[in-house]
Amino acid sequence: MLDGLRRHPTLVFIALGILLAVLPFLTGATLGNSWVRVLDFVLLYIILALGLNIVVGYAGLLDLGYVAFYALGAYLYAWLASPHFGIHLPFWAVLPLGAALAGLFGVLLGAPTLRLRGDYLAIVTLGFGEIIRIFMNNLDHPVNVTNGPQGINQIDPVSLGGFAFAGRHEVLGMTITGPYFYYYLFLAFTLASIFIAMRLQHSRIGRAWAAIREDEVAAAAMGINTRNVKLLAFAMGAAFGGLAGGLFASFQGFISPESFNLWESILILCMIVLGGMGHIPGVILGAILLTVLPEALRYIGDWQRAALGHVVVDPNDLRMLVFGLALVLMMIYRPAGMIPSRQRKREFAAEDGVAEQEQASLYDTKA
Amino acid sequence: MSLLAARRVKVAYGGIHAVRGVDLEIAEGELVCLIGANGAGKSSFLKGVMGLVHAHGEIQLGAQRISGLPTHAIARLGIALVPEGRGVFGRLSVRENLEMGAFTRKDKTGIRDDLDKVFGLFPRLAERSRQAAGTLSGGEQQMLAIGRALMSRPRLLLLDEPSMGLAPLMVHKIYATIADIAAQGVTILLVEQNANLALKTSQKAYVMESGVIRLHGPSAELAQDPMVRAAYLGE
Repeated sequence: MLDGLRRHPTLVFIALGILLAVLPFLTGATLGNSWVRVLDFVLLYIILALGLNIVVGYAGLLDLGYVAFYALGAYLYAWLASPHFGIHLPFWAVLPLGAALAGLFGVLLGAPTLRLRGDYLAIVTLGFGEIIRIFMNNLDHPVNVTNGPQGINQIDPVSLGGFAFAGRHEVLGMTITGPYFYYYLFLAFTLASIFIAMRLQHSRIGRAWAAIREDEVAAAAMGINTRNVKLLAFAMGAAFGGLAGGLFASFQGFISPESFNLWESILILCMIVLGGMGHIPGVILGAILLTVLPEALRYIGDWQRAALGHVVVDPNDLRMLVFGLALVLMMIYRPAGMIPSRQRKREFAAEDGVAEQEQASLYDTKA
Repeated sequence: MSLLAARRVKVAYGGIHAVRGVDLEIAEGELVCLIGANGAGKSSFLKGVMGLVHAHGEIQLGAQRISGLPTHAIARLGIALVPEGRGVFGRLSVRENLEMGAFTRKDKTGIRDDLDKVFGLFPRLAERSRQAAGTLSGGEQQMLAIGRALMSRPRLLLLDEPSMGLAPLMVHKIYATIADIAAQGVTILLVEQNANLALKTSQKAYVMESGVIRLHGPSAELAQDPMVRAAYLGE
């Protein structure tokens, strides 16, 4: 069947296009409107995962503070489009600014960590992520910049030509709510992100990232300016994060530092590793699974009630347990990810020599 | 005029002085070897030339001063390094590795010609062009590292211990190819612990000991030198 699909790529594209176009209505009709929100978050996490994949998957720089860029994008949106400062700029002006600010911070994070690799880089980036969150938590005095732990609310929804993406609208006799509109907006940004991520991977820069990931000394000896190319990876990845942050802020209408904790960074990293690092279809699948799975596991309570008559274990406790178990099983049975890239597949299929070399490059801190 | 001229080059790691004032010259088209025991500072000198570690002193490529430049700039000026331990891009295919060697070049037809040339030099690489470099044997990886360096059409090729960790038969093969490459007119600086082989292959030799050059001269003469014979050729 797969062969049949491969022979008719246009048909597959048309079918996929129709599916994506009707998906929120399909979901809303069968699973309920709350799942349309989940759908929106799936798209948001795909953008985030694609961005982190540039840093981790393409350039091989382990970044555990990625959520900081997400936070920066979200806060910039809140500052420029809410009653907090009384500024109300349109979304098409704020989103690029958020991406640019995040990209700038990507360079600021990248510059001092250029000589670090592997574990050491992970620790520094982890610290960076926490610093940003703690700043957001405490910058409510002496000047109230972030409104501290209470966060910023009443953030402007996205509006296009006077049409706000919030509340209820009557379209063609149907009542449609915000999450439906945001679905199409997020879908557009997701498709654009996929396109950019694909183009980057196969560009000259993408090849330079791959070389640095494999062996930084050899990459420099090939004439690659490793400093600039690494900074570019940080900046590009961060810009995706900043964009997603802005979209998140407008969609939620409310942000607080709590949304940007370490768990978020870990979750996005899990999406990449689980799906298949460095490989766009894998990253997308990882983002879908890890967004949908925790939501679906909320039904554990209902299942218990149906099977046993009452709830034995709180679904919220069980949910994360099952989630963790799923991750462990995945890594045992598909260590290269669900849809690994050609390169990762080679690595895991290879003999000991490669594994050794991998180890050597992972712990090589001389750079 | 010499292609590479190093004067009073020093390399230090913290308080440890690995290279303490080396003078070395390579003329266009020469194959020069730098031999010495483990820890004599040979590799450090090479890294200094390539800008991978900071080197004090004067290093010139032709008329251009290269000391103090970053590695990628030195590579772009025409020095290619085959690093110690080969440093192939393990998860990229053999072909992708070779293409990476031509990263700074824009002439597509020239790159294709050179790719054919490298495959001609190492038919084994042609057979395995789609395989991941990390799955090659040590000797094949060494071939790949040399081929990749040649893909940049270097003015000067630096080889860091190409015989290290290889079976004798493979060492023999690699050295035959190095001689071929030199015969095609590529200038080579060969750093090697295996003094016997290096002296046989090269025209000129430098003997390094504790960070300084002890002896230098035509390789054939040094191979007859009693001190060299005692210390490095095991006689």
